[in-house]
Amino acid sequence: MAVEAESRLIQAGGTDRGDRIFRGLVVLTAACVPVLLIGIVILLLLDAWPAVQRFGFGFLVSSEWDPVAEKFGAAAYIFGTVVTSVIALLLAGPIGVGCAVFIAEYAPRWLREPVSFLITLLAAIPSVIYGLWGFRILAPIMRANVEPFLKGTVGQVPVVGALFSGPAVGRDYLVAGVILAIMILPTITAVSREILRAVPNTQREGMLALGATRWETIKRAVLPYARTGIAGAAVLGLARALGETMAVTMVIGNSSTRIGPSLFTPGYTLASAIANQFTEADKAIYFSAIVEIALVLLLVAALMNVVARFLVWSVARGPLGSATRAG
Amino acid sequence: MAVVATSPSTAQTLLTARGRLRRRAIVDRVATALMALSALAGVIVLLLILIYSAINGLPALDLAFFTERPLPPGEVGGGVAPAILGTIEMLVVAALIGVPIGMGTAIYLAEYGRGSFARTVSFLIDLIAGLPSIVIGVFVWTWLVRHVVGHYNGLAGSVALAVIMIPIVTRTVEETLRLVPDPLREASLALGIPRWKTILRVVLPTARAGIITGVVLSIARAGGETAPLLLTALGNQFFSYDLLQPMAALPVQIYTYARSPYADWQVKAWGAALILIVLIGALSLLSRWVVARRLGHS
Amino acid sequence: MMMTHKQLEPADQPQAPPQNPPAFEAAVVEPAPSRQPGPRVTVSDLSAWYGERQAIAAVALDIAPRQVTAIIGPSGCGKSTLIRCLNRMHEVTPGAHAKGTVELNGVNIYAPNVDPVQVRRVVGMVFQKPNPFPMMTIFDNVVAGLLLQGGASKRELEEMAEQALRQAALFDEVKDVWKKASGASLSGGQQQRLCIARTLAVRPEVILMDEPCSALDPIATYRIEELIGRLKAEFTIVIVTHNMQQASRVSDFTAFMLAEEDRIGRLVEFGPTARIFTNPTKQRTEDYITGRFG
Repeated sequence: MAVEAESRLIQAGGTDRGDRIFRGLVVLTAACVPVLLIGIVILLLLDAWPAVQRFGFGFLVSSEWDPVAEKFGAAAYIFGTVVTSVIALLLAGPIGVGCAVFIAEYAPRWLREPVSFLITLLAAIPSVIYGLWGFRILAPIMRANVEPFLKGTVGQVPVVGALFSGPAVGRDYLVAGVILAIMILPTITAVSREILRAVPNTQREGMLALGATRWETIKRAVLPYARTGIAGAAVLGLARALGETMAVTMVIGNSSTRIGPSLFTPGYTLASAIANQFTEADKAIYFSAIVEIALVLLLVAALMNVVARFLVWSVARGPLGSATRAG
Repeated sequence: MAVVATSPSTAQTLLTARGRLRRRAIVDRVATALMALSALAGVIVLLLILIYSAINGLPALDLAFFTERPLPPGEVGGGVAPAILGTIEMLVVAALIGVPIGMGTAIYLAEYGRGSFARTVSFLIDLIAGLPSIVIGVFVWTWLVRHVVGHYNGLAGSVALAVIMIPIVTRTVEETLRLVPDPLREASLALGIPRWKTILRVVLPTARAGIITGVVLSIARAGGETAPLLLTALGNQFFSYDLLQPMAALPVQIYTYARSPYADWQVKAWGAALILIVLIGALSLLSRWVVARRLGHS
Repeated sequence: MMMTHKQLEPADQPQAPPQNPPAFEAAVVEPAPSRQPGPRVTVSDLSAWYGERQAIAAVALDIAPRQVTAIIGPSGCGKSTLIRCLNRMHEVTPGAHAKGTVELNGVNIYAPNVDPVQVRRVVGMVFQKPNPFPMMTIFDNVVAGLLLQGGASKRELEEMAEQALRQAALFDEVKDVWKKASGASLSGGQQQRLCIARTLAVRPEVILMDEPCSALDPIATYRIEELIGRLKAEFTIVIVTHNMQQASRVSDFTAFMLAEEDRIGRLVEFGPTARIFTNPTKQRTEDYITGRFG
């Protein structure tokens, strides 16, 4: 019906000269979007090309980043990005989904909106303020209390203990991961909440009618139905964590390019390396290497967004499209 | 063959909660508490950030803070006026670039867009929205700072902010335009009013509240962006309104001051953070209020 | 068979406007015979609300054990609300609540010391739209309720699942794929029988069916109706339907509900299906049966 109306509208408006001009203008503005994105990709590719040519695949696997010797390998930055993002996801994933479950499944109606609003406000706070807070408030607490505690308990366990070894510095992967977790919490909560809303009520009632408690209903009917979408929410959160710059730059230490097991290592992420070094990029190859970092970030972020959207969409599209796979 | 329970066991089943059933009820309660706790955790972190910013930032707010320029390192006093003005100037220029593009794209997608070009644009808008802001910063840095102007400048900052605003404006406005009922358009077209006038005089005014929301939200989001500005406008300790010169901005000022060893600058960082939070909070509330008012009216 | 005319107290309807034209009359309620042993449901003075809005008022019914009782009436008459009150599913809707008593074998399921979770295990429910769990296999769907209870070995689960699927006349159709295929891969009619099997598996005493065939084609509907006829040997069945032919085909007793201008549903007449459809006592029942409104 909507399509019919649409086509009638277009026919009705196709004759006027003003219509053609207006339409042309609007199409032209819309065309800015692909032009912009293509422009971003091409420019970054061109500027990164010298580094791509010179270091090839080694850029991604070497951790030697030496501007003086003009050797650039971003493996340590990639490592830092992955470690901090994984910490963030491990912390914010369960809490964010828990938040969404509370809002969508438990909270009485009067509490639903205020809680969602507060969580969205968390997303509205600028990254640099998280950085300030993390740098001045969280990092000292982590150094003085949390990290020594972790070291004294989990740190004594073999194998796992290696994660929590070395001096507690308060400016390291762990602190960056915790800050990132707070920052991606609203993303995961908001998307998961939308996904939970898309779960049909008949699923809940079906499980309740079998004599399930509220939690059993959520665990056995709601969450399985929503799991692909929740995975999408997690990927979106991860994508946000990977590219987050300011807050991370302020708490990660920016000092070492060592790849080691301890989370108490000050390091870099891809984004914080750019923010810290762009002013020093005097030589052409240094500049090119920094642009290549941005290119890597762009590709990873784009890939994750596509994956996340696909996952979220497969649940939002509604029931059972994906469910016949076993049959 | 019937294994149906008879009446005595019904009463038993309904009235007793022992063993496994008891445990299930406990698990249910524990799970409920955990969910509530995670929501509480999110809210508490938010409150902690707000409270710390207020407590640490309030002492910094005096008249000089809003009117004077920053003093050299180590000297006590001065303010962040160039940063406030710089943020406003760059936001205005960014809005002048980003809002028309975002609006035009939204009108295209909602009113004309069908077929593969529309799908592509829609998909790319999502991609741009998902780009890390530092990538946008690096793009504008290589383009306008390194290749075109040759040094850091406020215009580059504005362009970077505009790129961040475009997807937000597009998505919000597009959604609102789609909510405008078709009969309204048809009524106007039936009167012989051409399509473009229908859009400008009927559809856009009807969607006014949503458009304001989109613009306000995009400004709120761009106003807090730091990384792209750091790479483009860089910051400036002096008053400067020249778009082709480095320009100060509040978020960048917070970044610089927060990492400094000087106590006075650290207090000023909290003060600037407080202002930023208040501004962004006010803009968010404003956009919510506009939406609420529109819903109340219809 | 004795005919009793039970007067209901209209004390619970303050909402009824004073000038209410067709004044509320007492329902004609013919108690069901109690020859059959087995689970009996007695509803008395049951009212239910959605938030402020009252949906049904002062319903009283005596549902015969191991018989099929149909609830009919035009849409909006509260028949779905009524059936959802019988296993305390009504209160799951946010803001909804119910008052009155529903006795299951003499135990009031609305008594404060009764756990609604247990009520729903004893009083199973099949819904309007088939709602198998799409992420589970057919087998997992059937044992979903059993797994909640716990304590059964894998073998026992398989046996019980097979028995439930056989009872629901589905086993032969799915036996080759039931451990692999998703519950959602079945046709609509098969899905509904799967939902019935899932309900049977937890061995309830009463089965509620809320318009179980409204989403199905005639052949699938026929198979469900046939199934209902067989299941009543073991279970007390209450079925809501908007289809009068269906009510006359499958049920032994019929309750007719109607909402007057105040939009509150009330029981108008209740009695053996044969009599309701051939010789209704109330004018409004006759009007509805003969298709004069609704």
